[in-house]
Amino acid sequence: MTTTSEISMSLAGDGLSRATLLSIRNVAKRFGKNVVLRDISLEVAEGEFLTILGESGSGKTTLLRIIAGFETASAGEVWMGEERLDREPPYRRRVNTVFQHYALFPHLTVEQNVAYGLRVAKRPEAEVISRVSEALEKVKMSAHAKSKPSKISGGQQQRVALARALVNRPRLLLLDEPLSALDANLRRQMQVELKSLQREVGISFIFVTHDQEEAMVMSDRIALLRSGELEQVATPREIYGRPATAYAAQFIGHTNLLKAEVRAGVVRCGTLTWSAALPDGPALFSLRPENLRLVDGSGPTAGNALVRGKVRHRAFHGATELIRVECADGLVLVVRTPGSGGLLDDVELEFSPADAILVRESPERI
Amino acid sequence: MELLVSDAQFDSGSRWLLFHAVAVFAFLYLPIAVLILYSFNGEGVGGFPPHHLTLDWYRLLFADAPIWDSVLNSLQVAFAAMVISLTFGVPAALALERAQFPGKALFRRLVLLPLILPGIITGLSLLMLFNVTGTELSLMTIILGHGTALISVATTEVFAGLQKLDRAQEEASLDLGANYWQTFWRITVPNLKLPIIGAALLIFTLSMDEIAVSFFLIGRDNTLPLEIWGRLRRGITPEINAVSTIIFLFSLIAIVFWYRLRMRSERTTDAGAEIVAVVEGDPA
Repeated sequence: MTTTSEISMSLAGDGLSRATLLSIRNVAKRFGKNVVLRDISLEVAEGEFLTILGESGSGKTTLLRIIAGFETASAGEVWMGEERLDREPPYRRRVNTVFQHYALFPHLTVEQNVAYGLRVAKRPEAEVISRVSEALEKVKMSAHAKSKPSKISGGQQQRVALARALVNRPRLLLLDEPLSALDANLRRQMQVELKSLQREVGISFIFVTHDQEEAMVMSDRIALLRSGELEQVATPREIYGRPATAYAAQFIGHTNLLKAEVRAGVVRCGTLTWSAALPDGPALFSLRPENLRLVDGSGPTAGNALVRGKVRHRAFHGATELIRVECADGLVLVVRTPGSGGLLDDVELEFSPADAILVRESPERI
Repeated sequence: MELLVSDAQFDSGSRWLLFHAVAVFAFLYLPIAVLILYSFNGEGVGGFPPHHLTLDWYRLLFADAPIWDSVLNSLQVAFAAMVISLTFGVPAALALERAQFPGKALFRRLVLLPLILPGIITGLSLLMLFNVTGTELSLMTIILGHGTALISVATTEVFAGLQKLDRAQEEASLDLGANYWQTFWRITVPNLKLPIIGAALLIFTLSMDEIAVSFFLIGRDNTLPLEIWGRLRRGITPEINAVSTIIFLFSLIAIVFWYRLRMRSERTTDAGAEIVAVVEGDPA
């Protein structure tokens, strides 16, 4: 997790210098009266691993299908370089898709499945054979080349679907929740493999998932979609460390949302106060559990906000422990501490005001 | 004591069920068994129990030119009707499943109408049409009659197959660079192979024993059912039993062929698979 995040950071560093591959401009989609996507603008860089993250019904699959060409946008444009993509039929786009349930052709063998795109493009047979065997090699499926898709496991089908798409050397690969059908262990293994494969081939990936952990582990950038609108587009580290909205803060990791009132540079949330250079008025803050610390014998750090409370519940998570602390005014804070195991009852908490991130409210949408 | 009573009740109940089952099967299959048995009966259609087993009736049958002419006619009609109904029925099924057009619901009902209409109505209306257009009645008119009436069979079978087809496969094909036409031939049709073969067999069989529509549209050449029907008016001959036995055998082979195909592609164990297992003599 740490290493992947570091990779993302280094990529984010040179992200600006990379050429833009795909550009989605003000795309909207309605099915009848039902608005699925509203004014989506998003750019994908060459070689980038971008994840579209969202709950079911957020419109993430629809957005992917618009890029692939299976749906037409009600408004907006999709460009790949100098080429307008959204007016082309799917078979003329240099985009390939790995489908959620793989959609392998049941009447063809693994080998024939992978060769499909090349055969349709009428590549010379010698080239087809060498590229297919190379692709199967890459996903470690050479041994099953002659099998029918119904004879191999879900994880293997997944690899074949990947080979079938990559063998065509697309400029962009779309992946529609490709890991959702796999069990947890295989899933984690495939996350790592998929990520290293993407680095190896250097093709841009747009990966759709509803799993925030998966998004964090794999992505260079995450586009968080909610009810058809983008909440935030940022690197995993940025979106975790500086969530833009209450929804982003809650959807990605645990957080404490503090409804506070700012007056003359002082933020007040119940008995909790800290100073911040903000205009007067109501404000919402996200405070990650790991940014709260139990004040120990050495006393609080100067400048930190302090609050007292009683431990109500503790959940052991191995390396860390999540403690629910109820403060005097009824405010409940979740604190992540190194699993000390000590029996504590009355505690004092501190946090640095810099860790309380101002977030926008996420109003309900229909 | 109670146990014994309930056991006895259960026994008599199950015995009654057994009797019921035997009666139903006898009702269904005894006539066929009698027909097959009497095709080998030396005494002709009379006499019970049959004795003097003989192949004479088959010898007579093979020398009977009018019967063989009618068999050939029926095969021609069935084959041509099959081609016609598939040519029109498959695109109709595709249109019903895929396309949106005004009057679709009406079209759907109209396509299915010939399945519900009595053959007499279909036959009579076609006869009137041919009269108006001054078409001479021949095998061709029967072919047209069967072909149009059986389009509904092709459409319903293929429509059902299309609904089971995973649309993501066609999208995957488009995604991999195949255009709509290539996708249709490389993905849709191979996946519809079974429904199409099933429809073809069904149409063939229905046409082979069709009598009502053929009766109105018949020209000089008889189809097999009409030939048999004509002879029956002059009394049952053992030759008819012989020809019926042969038809029965061919139907059985067709059923076995069809379920073998299905089993290979779906690996389902259903009633059909059991029939095949019984016919082929291997325990399911």
